[in-house]
Amino acid sequence: MQSNEPGPEFSGVVKWIDRRLPIFTMMSKEYQQFPVPRNLNYFWSFGALASITLIVMIATGIFLAMQYQPNTELAFNSVERIMRDVNYGWLIRYIHMNGASMFFIVVYIHIFRGIYYGSYKEPRELLWILGVIILILMMATAFMGYVLPWGQMSLWGATVITNLFSAFPIIGEPIVTWLWGGFAVDNATLNRFFALHYLLPFVIFAVVFLHIAALHIPGSNNPDGIDPKGPQDTVNFHPYMTAKDMIGIAVFLLVYAALVFYAPNFLGHPDNYIPANPLVTPPHIVPEWYFLPFYAILRSFVADWWFFQIFLGWWGMTAKLAGVLAMFGSLILLAVLPWLDTSRVRSCKYRPVYKWLVFLFVIDFAILGYVGGKPAEGWYVIVAQWATLYYFFHLLILTPFVGWMERPKPLPASISQPAVAPAE
Amino acid sequence: MSMSIKSRMIGRALLGAAMALMIGGGSAQAAEGIVPPSQDWSFNGVFGTFDKASAQRGLKIYKEVCSGCHSLNLMYYRNITALGYSEDQAKAFAAEYETTDGPNDDGDYFTRPARPSDRFVAPFENEKAAAASNGGKAPPDLSLMVKARMHGADYIYALLTGYKEVPPEGVTLSPGGHYNEYFPGHQIAMAPPLFEDAVEFDDGTPATVEQMAKDVSMFLAWTAEPEMEDRKGMGVKVFLFLLVFLGLAIANKKRLWAKLH
Amino acid sequence: MSESTETGHASEDGGSRRDFLGMLTMATAAVGAASFAWPIIDSMNPSAEVLALASTEVDLDGVEVGQAITVIWRKKPVFIRHRTPEEIAEAEAVPMDDLVDPETDEARVKNPNFLVMVGICTHLGCIPLGQNPSDPKGDFGGWFCPCHGSHYDTSGRIRKGPAPRNLTVPEYEYLSDTLVKIG
Repeated sequence: MQSNEPGPEFSGVVKWIDRRLPIFTMMSKEYQQFPVPRNLNYFWSFGALASITLIVMIATGIFLAMQYQPNTELAFNSVERIMRDVNYGWLIRYIHMNGASMFFIVVYIHIFRGIYYGSYKEPRELLWILGVIILILMMATAFMGYVLPWGQMSLWGATVITNLFSAFPIIGEPIVTWLWGGFAVDNATLNRFFALHYLLPFVIFAVVFLHIAALHIPGSNNPDGIDPKGPQDTVNFHPYMTAKDMIGIAVFLLVYAALVFYAPNFLGHPDNYIPANPLVTPPHIVPEWYFLPFYAILRSFVADWWFFQIFLGWWGMTAKLAGVLAMFGSLILLAVLPWLDTSRVRSCKYRPVYKWLVFLFVIDFAILGYVGGKPAEGWYVIVAQWATLYYFFHLLILTPFVGWMERPKPLPASISQPAVAPAE
Repeated sequence: MSMSIKSRMIGRALLGAAMALMIGGGSAQAAEGIVPPSQDWSFNGVFGTFDKASAQRGLKIYKEVCSGCHSLNLMYYRNITALGYSEDQAKAFAAEYETTDGPNDDGDYFTRPARPSDRFVAPFENEKAAAASNGGKAPPDLSLMVKARMHGADYIYALLTGYKEVPPEGVTLSPGGHYNEYFPGHQIAMAPPLFEDAVEFDDGTPATVEQMAKDVSMFLAWTAEPEMEDRKGMGVKVFLFLLVFLGLAIANKKRLWAKLH
Repeated sequence: MSESTETGHASEDGGSRRDFLGMLTMATAAVGAASFAWPIIDSMNPSAEVLALASTEVDLDGVEVGQAITVIWRKKPVFIRHRTPEEIAEAEAVPMDDLVDPETDEARVKNPNFLVMVGICTHLGCIPLGQNPSDPKGDFGGWFCPCHGSHYDTSGRIRKGPAPRNLTVPEYEYLSDTLVKIG
């Protein structure tokens, strides 16, 4: 949303530069005068938190890369050298390691906010799709980063996840061999994962730039989900929104610091402090916590599951392929959410039915995460299967139908005038 | 290699999903394992530190008991100054070991007394040699043992004190196996390493099995996380700073938004 | 017009308290960011295992008069030359006025027979020639740096060319008559 206020006044060197390359005008328009709805709540700070986490990850990552050795013989000990001998190496590594978890916490909350307040709806569909792309890139980056310390979980996580591609008929096996650059996850794999792990964050950075650029065209959505009607509905980004973001940043950093300084390995797995051994698989392999919901979806598809047998098994699809497709599908489906949701109303504040369905969806996601970390046996499998079905049922069936059937509450006339509009 | 979806997976509980509700999960215990009782370690908690006297005793136990089979590859002799030894003591400690160096000008490898800048000398030339001397399975390196096992030092302590001479009824041990209450599967190749007065402590502490288990666990907690004291100390400062920052941020925001009409 | 209200848009002047608080908050954030920068910058400094690198011991037995050897200490070459009596006399006879970086030969050796110094040109870090019999030794019979033409004399002092200082004498001690420990 373009501000109609006059541009800022500069003098001296800044003015000289700005006349030739208007970056100061741009910064001022986009990050100072940029009008944001004045009713934003603290959920709207999570975008800023995610940006900060990305910068922290890139900064610590570059300095870790200066010490890390991407070679199967050296990798494990080079990480321990960082922990023991490099000045503040332990700090940088723990910030980076836990930063991955903080990044996903923040981004999952950011996504929840988008879903709850309908931020993906017209005219912000592309903004949302860019966000889904960022999420997928983050997952790829985090996965490859976890391989680098070359512990037991690194090796076996890499083996299991790259083997996902073997589910595809004919092309599957060649793809896996190509990904590995050998006949197993080995030195070639570690080397390319390091190269890509260094590259992808900058790709993420570029997509984040587009994400923010796309945001600054319509401007931020807000808890009421209605467009600002004039200056009385907005405040300047700086100092008003920045002042709010500062509080969010402080709280975020407190949580982050608690992990880094007092529970640095709480979210990790002890097995990754055992050097990778290609001859022994750890008895209990699990991915990092942020992959668990998707991991549960993957594991739900077993050959004797009634759903698989009735709907998928009979025309030649294997349970393995179905699981892989479902897992990728669960992510891709998020990208088309703007078109699955048929409601005219953005915010769940005014959607009495869908609001509860969103909460149920979150609980379902949490349940998937919980069972994803449990052994694939007994009740855990059955719960995972039903939760998987509900995940897709919510997105493919409930979301479009509730959009049609639901009678939304009346929307306020404007943001600054929260009184309910006169009944029609 | 087929995707091992059906392999038995047990893990920590989920953390996360949406909402700030972090369902923090302690570590789930392996089905066959028993949760070891928590000990009152000096390094527990926000202000925890290593008990240096205990860790020094632990070093002696490592040296006289464990180091016959277990390496400590990530540690340098110079590191022990962090346990309260002087540089000269570290030098003298290192000099008791012969390390391999070379090649010299004639192209030969030779041994010389270790220096503080050398890594702890391993009991075996390489992993294969270690395995060959130990019934086919190399004794694991102990540097990171506390971090590489669920329940860390509690587990090490429980393992070292958890041997039973007579296995419970119905349990048959394979040859070379020893019954241990806390080892996953209860059958461990390592014979009970500690026995009363296995080590004579310089400070006169009675060397009971429990005492030695405690001391060596303390020592290994240090070798696993030598940065722990620095980390926790810095954490306190970072927290104080962030709390001040949070206070300022709240005051600034309130002041600013209160004036909006 | 009420002084205590603002519309939330530009060109409004907040109270001084707000400015002060705002600046203090920003300044605190800046201090926080700067303190985060220090550990990552310091991580590039030499790490503990590099700093702990052992000293180097050299046996001078067998180094003939006129012969020079190069040993490695902290990944750097150290030149040790068993000087001839003429070379020693030449080094001792140089008047201080002729030197760019005045230093007596006596101050640069522990035993005049053996000159021990780091073999790195003080100009821009090349390794001077002069260790091998066939090397050019420069105008002063010591060492010659081919990169930018610095000439060092038989005491390793800079005599001609762009280098600002004499070749560095490392810390070393004689453990016995022929055993030198560098570092």
